[in-house]
Amino acid sequence: MEKFSKVTGIAAPMPLINIDTDMIIPKQFLKTIARTGLGKNLFDEMRYTQDGAEIPDFVLNKPAYRAAQIIIAGDNFGCGSSREHAPWALLDFGISCVISTSFADIFYNNCFKNGILPIVLPKEQVDALMKDAQRGANARISVDLEGQTVTSSDGQSYAFEVDAFRKHCMMNGLDDIGLTLEKAPSIDSFEKAAVDLRPWV
Amino acid sequence: MTAPRTLYDKIWDDHVAHQADDGTCLLYIDRHLVHEVTSPQAFEGLRMTGRSVRAPDKTIAVPDHNVPTTAGRDLHIDNEESRIQVDALDKNAKDFGIHYYPVSDVRQGIVHIVGPEQGWTLPGMTVVCGDSHTATHGAFGALAHGIGTSEVEHVLATQTLIQKKSKNMKVEITGSLRPGVTAKDITLSVIGATGTAGGTGYVIEYCGQAIRELSMEGRMTVCNMAIEGGARAGLIAPDEKTYAYCNGRPHAPKEAEWDKAVAYWKTLYTDDNAHWDLVLTLKGEDIAPVVTWGTSPEDVLPITGEVPAPESFSGGKVEAVQRALDYMGLTAGQKLTDIKIDTVFIGSCTNGRIEDLRAAAAILKGKKVKQGIRAMVVPGSGLVRAQAEAEGLAQIFLDAGFEWRLAGCSMCLAMNPDQLAPGERCAATSNRNFEGRQGRGGRTHLLSPAMAAAAAITGHLTDVREMM
Ligand code: SF4
Repeated sequence: MEKFSKVTGIAAPMPLINIDTDMIIPKQFLKTIARTGLGKNLFDEMRYTQDGAEIPDFVLNKPAYRAAQIIIAGDNFGCGSSREHAPWALLDFGISCVISTSFADIFYNNCFKNGILPIVLPKEQVDALMKDAQRGANARISVDLEGQTVTSSDGQSYAFEVDAFRKHCMMNGLDDIGLTLEKAPSIDSFEKAAVDLRPWV
Repeated sequence: MTAPRTLYDKIWDDHVAHQADDGTCLLYIDRHLVHEVTSPQAFEGLRMTGRSVRAPDKTIAVPDHNVPTTAGRDLHIDNEESRIQVDALDKNAKDFGIHYYPVSDVRQGIVHIVGPEQGWTLPGMTVVCGDSHTATHGAFGALAHGIGTSEVEHVLATQTLIQKKSKNMKVEITGSLRPGVTAKDITLSVIGATGTAGGTGYVIEYCGQAIRELSMEGRMTVCNMAIEGGARAGLIAPDEKTYAYCNGRPHAPKEAEWDKAVAYWKTLYTDDNAHWDLVLTLKGEDIAPVVTWGTSPEDVLPITGEVPAPESFSGGKVEAVQRALDYMGLTAGQKLTDIKIDTVFIGSCTNGRIEDLRAAAAILKGKKVKQGIRAMVVPGSGLVRAQAEAEGLAQIFLDAGFEWRLAGCSMCLAMNPDQLAPGERCAATSNRNFEGRQGRGGRTHLLSPAMAAAAAITGHLTDVREMM
């Protein structure tokens, strides 16, 4: 996993609520056995017509947002299917941070495992950033994981919360599995005790 | 004396293998279910790092999401990408030595139907799968939830998951359901009450008389859609019905071990005075047969209702409802029973079990599907299919004009050839009505199997109570 510390870039406004993972990456693109290459199909059915032409109104097709690195989204972003293809597609497109008032649980977890920072902010602050983002390429929003702040293009700064362990892993690009395997002795002794208590498992 | 605990607290406590100072836990996983779509990258990760599967005997794989549901699929799958994923699962199951039910096996089916059916899912266990509807297994009083592919790899390698504890939410359904009202109506009504984000951060325990009165199949339907309410998991405390369902299943404990297991399972209930962070109570008698009208599972109304107006909502929901009505081709004020359908889909891990097929067949017996309507039944597993054939249900469906398919996810997510065309409107017993879920431009109305059968006969959304 790539290390994450700061990102400054264009933010695409997506005020729609309940953007689900079927929208982020429709199921016809889940048939891959690789993690890469999904960026071109990010938001596929909102982004292209049936015959593959770009829909000019869709935010990521507008010239100002084609290189967006951040998404400012409506409530409950990432609900629905557990597909990790959703963060893979975002990442492959170049998105490394999503800001919303709330995220669905599995998607939120999946983001951290892939070096995407999901940030939860109160409604007024998300609204303010949404407005800022609507100004297009002139608005560059900065996200600082270490300092836990989001700064809008006019210098307004908002603090956000993030779990300390997840922050540490993201900033250092640490692999969860490697960290867990360091605790193998605890797993071994748990397993031994469980065999006596619940032998049918 | 220990403080009173919820069922969730108890299962959690019994599975913490390690706890860090900040409360982050390594939760031990008793059963890991695997399917072809969310696992290839995880196995690839193991190979790249030279890691093995820590507990292959607790890992069970079955292809279900993109397998065709027509004959001959065990010989050849036409779609190349689907075939590659199924072949990859075959190979991974073999290379890593995990339990496997290939498409040629009568026990193959939707992973969440196969797990309980084979006795892999038992009370008090932790169960995970790279699929959000893992919540289904909560019907047994097992802590079960969906995980992403990185977590699939993590569980394969370590048999644990890094978790922080969720909050406790109690959903109580008091009294009894009225005739024509089913588990599907309970679970959709709960989502209608909480919203799709209402359960975020919680594990729900469903309780109350109406839940106790449900069969195991019905309880699985309720827990299945806990995720549509945003919850991490749904739980129902085990009871005599649960033990009776598990007893004699291939992987359930036997003899002395069975007695020991039951004794343990009997401790799995929420103590009096345990703390709930949130409580929701619905009256069983107040629940009507419901359908969804929009593109979110929270867009649910009694079948006697009308399509709502966007202005009757507030906040971001106003635009979302306008968008949903445009997508669904509906206008505010339209009676739900006036909505004409093109297709009926009975199946999925929500409603693809034997009881669901019985409920639909009871309505269809001696009747015909309305002319011009495409109707299909996709049993949830090969064994459900065989049982339905033995009970004569398959014949009822065929006589009525339904297609009788092989087991799989099928049109629930339309990754296989079973898809809606743009604008095609479907009455579906599955769990998601998102834009494009059942095929690009397809329009989905979620409902119970009996309601789906009623709609098949009349050609429009119908109050099943009028047919009983
Ligand atoms: S039936 Fe539908 S919801 Fe269930 S596992 Fe399959 S695709 Fe997922």
